[in-house]
Amino acid sequence: MAALATIGRFFLGFFAQTGQLAIFIGQTLMALARPPFYFRMIGQQMLRIGYFSLPVVALTSFFTGGALAIQIYYGGNQFNSEAIVSSIVALGITRELGPVLGGLMVAGRVSAAIAAEIGTMRVTEQIDALTTLSTNPYKYLVAPRVIAATLCMPLLALVADILGIFGGFVVGTQSFDFNAAIYVQRTFSFLQFDDVASGLIKAAVFGFIIAIMGCYNGYHSKGGAQGVGRATTNAVVSASILILAANYLMTALLFSS
Amino acid sequence: MTDKISLANVHKRFGTKEVLRGLTLNIEKGQSMVVIGGSGSGKSVMLKSILGLLTPDSGSIVIDGQETVGLAREKRSAIDAQIGMLFQNGALFDSLPVWKNVAFRGIQNEGMNEDEARQIGKQALRRVGLGEELLDLFPGALSGGMHKRVGLARAIASSPEIIFFDEPTTGLDPIMTDVINHLIQDCVQDLGATTLTITHDMTSVRAIADKTALLYKGEIIWHGDQAALDASKDPFLHQFIHGLAHGPIEVEGQQLEAAIAGLDS
Repeated sequence: MAALATIGRFFLGFFAQTGQLAIFIGQTLMALARPPFYFRMIGQQMLRIGYFSLPVVALTSFFTGGALAIQIYYGGNQFNSEAIVSSIVALGITRELGPVLGGLMVAGRVSAAIAAEIGTMRVTEQIDALTTLSTNPYKYLVAPRVIAATLCMPLLALVADILGIFGGFVVGTQSFDFNAAIYVQRTFSFLQFDDVASGLIKAAVFGFIIAIMGCYNGYHSKGGAQGVGRATTNAVVSASILILAANYLMTALLFSS
Repeated sequence: MTDKISLANVHKRFGTKEVLRGLTLNIEKGQSMVVIGGSGSGKSVMLKSILGLLTPDSGSIVIDGQETVGLAREKRSAIDAQIGMLFQNGALFDSLPVWKNVAFRGIQNEGMNEDEARQIGKQALRRVGLGEELLDLFPGALSGGMHKRVGLARAIASSPEIIFFDEPTTGLDPIMTDVINHLIQDCVQDLGATTLTITHDMTSVRAIADKTALLYKGEIIWHGDQAALDASKDPFLHQFIHGLAHGPIEVEGQQLEAAIAGLDS
């Protein structure tokens, strides 16, 4: 009986959370659609989410591109490896690794920061203060972060694509003595516009997920410092899992058709 | 006199815990009402219900003749515009300097430019006895007393008709408590505002209240003016204002008699 009650409580909690998240997303979309728009806040958030995430995304992608080149070179047939390494690095980075790894790195950095900031505002009554000062917290706090993350993630993914391919190029030309001109030519001849575009679309969705999960967990945090800590952890974990799940769904959707 | 704020039979429950149980309270225009009560008596829930931050399960909250229960946030903007609120810990926005905190409503809702906003900030700070050198500081650089005074400056910056004070002197030393009490008195008199203060500090009650109400277990069980407060023989009120451990008020989460007996043995 106790086991049944535990299972019941788990599912009730799960459905309650899902419903609360759906309402939160609905409120956010309404805030996105109607003025006022806080352009200065959007600019600030683009700087914090986009610009300051550049180093971590660039380094992650560069080393991943390099590692991928090594794996393909030693794991595959070394005959005609210039074409194989360059094309698989380009495809792997633009379609999957650039947006997904970039998304996960930004989730760790940005979701946590958003949840901590908004969570602290919640437990110190700053969100209540916003409301009493006739300012809608969804418009002032949530919408700018969601817009900024959704716009910045594709740009970060583009940077990740370029540096990932560059990482493969550096390893290929320095370690395996590939001809640089042929490597570049093979990369561009193999790469299609759709490969890059699909990655950028994915990245925009990941940006939305990162900001929403950070804002949602922060907005509903309670219980002082411990609550803010819990919100931060939940934001990163839920954003990361949702990014991987959304990536699978979008890959199936974009490439099976 | 007409009531500026009127609560009738307000109920609010969180899960199985009923916090407000038919709370009824009327505050006349220009009156300074202080609601006292122990921790967990429902003071903050009452205040948040009036502010529209919580929605009561049932009952009526009328502000300036308009029913606010069930009113969407966008539709109560006219009411919100005439309300100022001093939060217990100030609730200043960490990311904004003092002048932007104080003039926040004007900047966000009225498109006030920087010069006007700084001017408003300067005037409001002057009203609470603070200098303009604080304008560019961030809340993290302020002491507890200054935090509270800047919070008060923000609450009065737009010259509201209604001001709420949530435990305005909690955590302050006796001198700063007196300063805050006097500032509240002065601001209220200057603005002619209707105020509702929730506190358990009897010094504040005597300094700022026109009328006092005692909240216990989600109901107003006593109310009256200063003279009635001192003359009352109500056992609940007597226990509360004298801070007695023994009496009809149950101390939340504690078997008081057992605890005292344990200490004596």
